[in-house]
Amino acid sequence: MALSTEEVLSGLAELVNDETGIATDTIALDKSFTDDLDIDSISMMTIVVNAEEKFDVKIPDEDVQNLTTVGDAVNYIVKASA
Amino acid sequence: MTHQKIVVTGIGAFSPLGVNVNDTWANLLAGKSGARRIEAAYVSELDLPVTFAAQVAQNPDEILERFEVKRLDPSSQYALIAGREAWADAGSPDVDPERLAVDWATGIGGIWTLVSAWEDLRQKGPRRVMPMTVPMLMPNGPGAAVGMDLHARAGIRTVVSACASSTESIVNAVEHLRSGFADVVIAGGSEAAVHPLPIASFAAMQALSKRNDDPTRASRPYDVDRDGFVLGEGAAALVLETEERALARGAKIYAEVLGGAVTSDAYHITAPDPEGSAAARAMKTAIESGGAALTDVVHINAHATSTPVGDIAEYNALKRVFGDHLAKIAVTATKGSTGHLLGGAGALEALFTVMALYTRTVPPTINLDNQDPEIVLDVVTSPRDLPAGPIVAISNSFGFGGHNAVAAFRAYEA
Repeated sequence: MALSTEEVLSGLAELVNDETGIATDTIALDKSFTDDLDIDSISMMTIVVNAEEKFDVKIPDEDVQNLTTVGDAVNYIVKASA
Repeated sequence: MTHQKIVVTGIGAFSPLGVNVNDTWANLLAGKSGARRIEAAYVSELDLPVTFAAQVAQNPDEILERFEVKRLDPSSQYALIAGREAWADAGSPDVDPERLAVDWATGIGGIWTLVSAWEDLRQKGPRRVMPMTVPMLMPNGPGAAVGMDLHARAGIRTVVSACASSTESIVNAVEHLRSGFADVVIAGGSEAAVHPLPIASFAAMQALSKRNDDPTRASRPYDVDRDGFVLGEGAAALVLETEERALARGAKIYAEVLGGAVTSDAYHITAPDPEGSAAARAMKTAIESGGAALTDVVHINAHATSTPVGDIAEYNALKRVFGDHLAKIAVTATKGSTGHLLGGAGALEALFTVMALYTRTVPPTINLDNQDPEIVLDVVTSPRDLPAGPIVAISNSFGFGGHNAVAAFRAYEA
């Protein structure tokens, strides 16, 4: 069953907060992981590993580099869960 | 090498006796034990032969930020808590980051992280192994956590020499300062090895007390009924700087660091050399390197872990160094209260030695009901006053691998 954008955004925001301490309400679809949220590559990979488990999806390494914004990641997970 | 006086200006502890120095010291003087039954399911699931330990007084989750807990092994979490307390206690000195160093220590490193990553790999596959696994399990992780927190850029060094580790880190800190490469050093050690694997391993070699029905009375250095050490965990940190710098900034000075020494037995991988000649040389060198005489020593915080063999071996080394003067030395073995913090033990006991000089009070050795007749020492069993004047005290640590490390301190008088 496909997940909604809202469900994925709020779940992803929890994972980002867990890993980095960034407040969940500042994690919006238009935010860039690196430029806006200052998330380093090792934290990004941790978030990806946790997102795969949480949403029961696969996010191959070669696709991770295309996930520039929170919105990119949310859309990817929504599609992958469909 | 310069020979300026080095002093201790800040201390921090996160231990089985308390979450800070005040609580830890008060409980130590009160003769309390930090040992208790381990309330984790693994004890019964694995049917461990030892069911108790001296665990830290509070869960670090309640002290640190959540993301700090997520990204740091417990051994680094404890280090951060003790390091921050020591730094604040020193008055958060204004120092050029390029002149601030860390000399840290651990005996085992991030064992919780290592074993849990192995379980993730076995059960869920390589995709589920956390990317932070390596930086969390590496033994230099705790020192790096302390150093990054304070932006220390004059070197973050970690020594690994089993139970001698964090006394050796104090020796390294003295060298760091005397080499002129740093102006301020945070020295310390941490350990978080109250985990079923080390418990089973230490128990397998018959090193742990099996007094499961009476944990608080299990660690009993020098007692005839001692049957092994009690595994402890935690961290301690000391801020060291030159006397000149400390006086210039009006810092509180706890004690002078006379110096330290490291020697090695090269005798047996775990058993101490019964002759104790290398251990004796470490004590003598530590005391004399700072210009003190053996007869200046009035107090020793012994390594004394409560094992039948180890306590005797250290006693033999003490006789070799001090001869007749040994009768005039007030000896304490604080592992009776704290358990054995392995790589964190030396720093915590150095902190106790510094506090003993600062407050002129020797903390007690608990559970000494019947002193081993083969060990003729003046063991302090209730808090005892120390005399005035520039008295000297040492803290001993010995570790598997035949490592001997000794730090020597003198009461500070302006």
